[in-house]
This record gives sequence, C-alpha cells and structure tokens, in this order.
Amino acid sequence: MKNYIADIERALYDVRDADKSIYKSDAGLTEEIIRDISKRKNDPPWMLDFRLKSLETYRTIDLPTWGPDITALNMDEIVTYVKPNAAQVNDWSQVPDEIKNTFDRLGIPAAEKKSLAGVGAQYDSEVVYHSVQKRLTDLGVVYTDMETALIEHEDIVREYFMTLVPPKDHKFAALHGAVWSGGSFVYVPEGVDVKIPLQSYFRLNAAGAGQFEHTLIIVEPNAKLHFIEGCSAPRYNVTNLHAGCVELFVKDGARLRYSTIENWSRNMMNLNTKRALVERDGLVEWVSGSFGSHVSMLYPCSVLHGDGARCEFTGVTFAGKGQNLDTGAIVVHAAPNTSANINTRTISKSGGAATYRSAVKVTKNAPHAKCSVNCESLMLDDESRSDTLPVMDIEGDEADIGHEAKIGRISEEAVFYLMARGISEDEARAMIVRGFVEPIAKELPLEYAVEMNNLISLELEGQL
Amino acid sequence: MLEIENLHVRAGDKEILRGLSLKVAAGEIHVILGPNGSGKSTLMNAILGHPKYEVTDGKIFFEGDDLTALKTFERARRGIFLSFQNPEEIPGITVENMLRTSKQAVTGDKIKILQFHKELLALMKELQINPEYAGRYMNVGFSGGEKKRNEILQLLTLNPKLALLDETDSGLDVDAVEIVSSGVAKFHNEKNSCVIITHNAQILKHLPVTHAHILLNGRIVKSGGAELVGEVSERGYAQFEVTP
Repeated sequence: MKNYIADIERALYDVRDADKSIYKSDAGLTEEIIRDISKRKNDPPWMLDFRLKSLETYRTIDLPTWGPDITALNMDEIVTYVKPNAAQVNDWSQVPDEIKNTFDRLGIPAAEKKSLAGVGAQYDSEVVYHSVQKRLTDLGVVYTDMETALIEHEDIVREYFMTLVPPKDHKFAALHGAVWSGGSFVYVPEGVDVKIPLQSYFRLNAAGAGQFEHTLIIVEPNAKLHFIEGCSAPRYNVTNLHAGCVELFVKDGARLRYSTIENWSRNMMNLNTKRALVERDGLVEWVSGSFGSHVSMLYPCSVLHGDGARCEFTGVTFAGKGQNLDTGAIVVHAAPNTSANINTRTISKSGGAATYRSAVKVTKNAPHAKCSVNCESLMLDDESRSDTLPVMDIEGDEADIGHEAKIGRISEEAVFYLMARGISEDEARAMIVRGFVEPIAKELPLEYAVEMNNLISLELEGQL
Repeated sequence: MLEIENLHVRAGDKEILRGLSLKVAAGEIHVILGPNGSGKSTLMNAILGHPKYEVTDGKIFFEGDDLTALKTFERARRGIFLSFQNPEEIPGITVENMLRTSKQAVTGDKIKILQFHKELLALMKELQINPEYAGRYMNVGFSGGEKKRNEILQLLTLNPKLALLDETDSGLDVDAVEIVSSGVAKFHNEKNSCVIITHNAQILKHLPVTHAHILLNGRIVKSGGAELVGEVSERGYAQFEVTP
C-alpha cells in the first residue's frame, strides 16, 4: 500500500519545496503537552508513541506554500489551539450574534443551537442516538466515538489508524496525529447493509466540538453504509484551526456514501484531510458541501486500489465575503478498470474566492481507467473570484478521461424571464443560484438539501 | 386595458420605437405585423420593462395606471404575460416548480401542491406535452416547438389579463402551430386581450382577430381589421412604406 500513498502525496504536494518556513520551532507544542493529552484520554502506550512520533514529524514539515494564504495562522501559538478545552466557549452569551441569528433563521431548535456552538450537549438527539445504537448492535455494526473504539476495538483501530493518511503526509496531518481527539468510528461487518444513514450530527458534544476529530470507517466486503458528517448550520469554535482527518476503507464489493456539509464559522481555517481506499468493485460516493470558514483547503481523495473500484464525487462550494475556499477532489487510479466521476459547482460572491482544484492520477498499473470531471463555477458579481485548476497525470494505457469546466455569471435574460412570470428580482436570482446547485442538492439527504437552500437564500438576501 | 402613447424606446445608442401609439381594450385580439427589425419584439419587451430597453419618451398605461416606473415582476403581477420568442433555459428549476412559484407570485395565494399538480397535468395533456416534462428543467434540452408549447402552458396556468405573444408560432410545424393556436383560443375570452406578433396567418385561424397593425421603422403606419393580415401575406410590406 505504501506505493499508492506515495503516489497521492506526489499528486497533492508536488508543489511543496524549498521555501523555508519561518515557523521552524513551534516551541509551544511540547512533548509534555502531548503526554498530557494522551494521559487524559487514557491512550494505550502505542498511541502515545504514535502521537510523539507525529510530533517529531510535525516539527520537520513546513506549512504548504501553495493554495490560499494561511499565514494568519500563528503556529507559535499552536499550543493554545490544542490545549484540551481551552477552545470551548462556556457561555451562550459569548457566541457571536451573527451565528445566533443564522441558527434562528434556519429554524434550529434551542438545544441544538447550544450544541453546535459548543456550549452544551445535544440533549434532543440523545434518545434518537440510543435507539439507533440498539439496531446497529443487532447487526454487528460498531458505531461509537474514537476514544471508546480505542478501548473496545483496539486491534481494529491499531490496524487502520492513520495508515491511509500518514502523519508525514503534510504538516496538519502530523499535527493531527499528535493531538487528535474525538470523532467517529464505524465498523460494518461483511455483507451487512446498514439501511439507515448514520449521522455524526447525533454525536456532537461539547468536548469534541470538532477541532482535531478523527473519523475512521471500515466497510467490510459487500457491506453498505451511508454516513453523514456535520450539519448545515454553522459550527462555532473560538479557536481558528480545524485539522480533522477522515479515513475510509471500502473493501471488495462494498459501498460507502459519505455526505458532509462543512459550515464552520467565519473565523476558521479549515484544513481537513479526507481519504478513501477502495478495493475490488467497491464504490465510494462523496457528497461534499463547503460553506463556512475563513479559509478552506479540502480535497477528498479516493484511491481506487482494486480492479473495478469506483468513485463518485459530488461537491458544492459557496464562498462569500472574506472567504477563500479552495476545494476539489483527488482520484488515484491504481488498478485496472477503475472509474471515477467528479461533478462540482462553486459559487462566489461579495469578493469571495472559490477555487476548484483537482488531481486525477492514472498509474501504470491502471489500464482502462475512466474518469470524467465536470466543474462549473458561478460568480455573482465583479469583485468575486473563481478559478479552476485541474491537474491530470496519466500513465496508464487506454485511459478514457474527460474534463469539462465552465465559469460564468447569472444570465440577465434568465432573470428577466423569471421576472416576467411575476417572480421578484431577488427571488429570481436566488432561484437561478439554487438551480445551479440543484444537481448537487438532490444528492443530499432531504433535510440537508432544504437547509442548503435556506442557506443560499440567507447568503443572497440583500446582496444582489 | 392597454394604452400606449407616443412611445419612444432606445436600446443602447439606437432608437427603435419612434412614437408608437396603441390602444387595446378588453376582449380584443390585436395582430402586429412588420418586417424583421421594425421594432415588434422591442415593443413587447418595453411593455414588460426589460432593463435593456430605455423608454425615452411616451407612456404605457395598463388599466389606467402608468407602468413606466414599475419593475418587470410588478407588471407581471398586474396581469401582463409575455410568451417569449426565444424562451430561456434555466437549469435546475423544474417546469412544475417554476410554474407553481410564478402562480403564487402572480396570485399572491398559497398554492395547494397536489391540486396544482393535477391541474398542470391536465393542461399539459391538452397541449400534448409529455407529462414527464413537468419534472424536467425549464426549457433545458427542449426542442423549439416544445419551448413554445411550454410558453402556452405558462399562459394557461397564470391566466393573465393581457397576453403578449412574440412569434409563438415561428419555427413550428403545422401540427404544433395548431396546438398553440387552440391553446390561445382556450385562453381568450371577452375579459382579456391578446397582442400577437406573427409572420404566419395560420396561428390566427381559430382566433377572432379584431385589429391588425403594420409596424415599420418603429411606428405603426397602418391599422385596420383582420383583413390586413391577408393583404400582407399576399403583397408584403412594400406597399406600406412611407417616404420620409
């Protein structure tokens, strides 16, 4: 497997080079702090070792020099980001009004608002969560938080943990390896079809409001799972760094659908790493929405490792004022007859910048690979930016690769057409934007699609 | 119902309508004839307040009120409808969703979804539109004829007071023109009015045309009854040219 990992690394981090980081020491993050985190979490000894090694790796890697500017992240103060609980708001009154208003307008119930803002546990969902648990246990499915998994399913965690996203991958993967905390663990045994979607939303809690959470999902041969991460309401956190990690293992003939809405509050740097390893005839489906954060760098990666493995990626990104969202997808075709379909929509407005960045790699071992990329961008005004940066690296024989990119604006004739039918100008524009993302919205679970439409209306209100 | 007085309209630097006057009363059907570039479509767009067309002089009254300051959607809500010559494609918005939203906007009433769906399907059947099209994106991948029938579907759904039809028959085969024509006939009654731009007398076959006008160089040069339509199809527009 090492080879394929190396491949991914090359595809993603080719541009990393000589520029010596000014944040060489990161003095704040010490072995002591790591030991303290580990002790508090009751890690087994190997996990403590893993964290310490990751810390060493972290110290040797520079910040990425490509993509959006993340120098606002003060790495000298990294310790304040990782100190357990230092990040939590304890008081509802400290949550910014902008976030509270959005909760209200999306119609989020009070208990959930507090949970999303990290000031309370999510009481309402507890009941739902427990009844779901019972059904899963009957099927032999494990669905729990990472800390519990590390105690109750230590062997499985040890076998898979950060093998797909190794700490040496990049600086934030190393940081994650050293300080990770919280997240979800799902194990689906061979042949089991988990008919209900599992939602990490049920599992949000104050302690793991999600800064360095780790998600590990293993879907054994011919099993089936739909996992939904996050929620379309903004998640608020006082600190400004999110460096989560998601590792998905999709075995022979298995199917995993992974849906996410990332809507971090506007002070966040969202540097999340997500990767799936797909074996023979397996299928991974990503549905990914990126709305919030100040800066995002997010490129879910699918390594098509077995003959006939497939990937479907559907993504939407909406960058507003002050946001720089750099998103896309990576596909590594590493076996014969593998296929991938990437379909994305990005929107930018009020000076926001949205970049679609993708890498498709077809290795020598992957004859007859098929990949189609369709990315469309909509700029809502003249001050906004939109870029499309697709990279293709094809070594395999008889590859069938298609790429279609479109960058455009709202058609004034279409606005007139809708207005001629009695629809107000604001609503006409909102309808056109919603229509633009409709191919993505229809892939989302219904309640998320509805919330996404509300979000778009909120974003557009008074702006146009 | 509609009263246009001495209308001057420019698009960019070009003056297109140069003192056009027209009166349309309830129950009437007016036909506007004229060669390409004479200003027919400009007139339609100006009545609905298209931002590209600037009214430099004159007034448009609808039911006694001056429309000039009103936005397009406000004019539509008062009961003016335009069947577009080239209907826009709007990806991601289904025909049914668009029509329901429009109907709600125009009537101001909350629409009952199931009932609306039933009524829509009935109308689609009459216009010989495949019911699957209710769930397709607005005009996306529709043939020319399908787009035009979709316009008539909107006309019948929204049931305006004044229907402006801009070459709704152009590019259609004989059967399709027949469908469109009977759709307009179904819409029309003594309380509403139509203004029809056409090059083709066939669409008028089932319609009790009350007036016809010849539009040349931004002015109406001759008005009369339905018989004008026949004169034009026999002898063209040259006879109406006015030497300045």
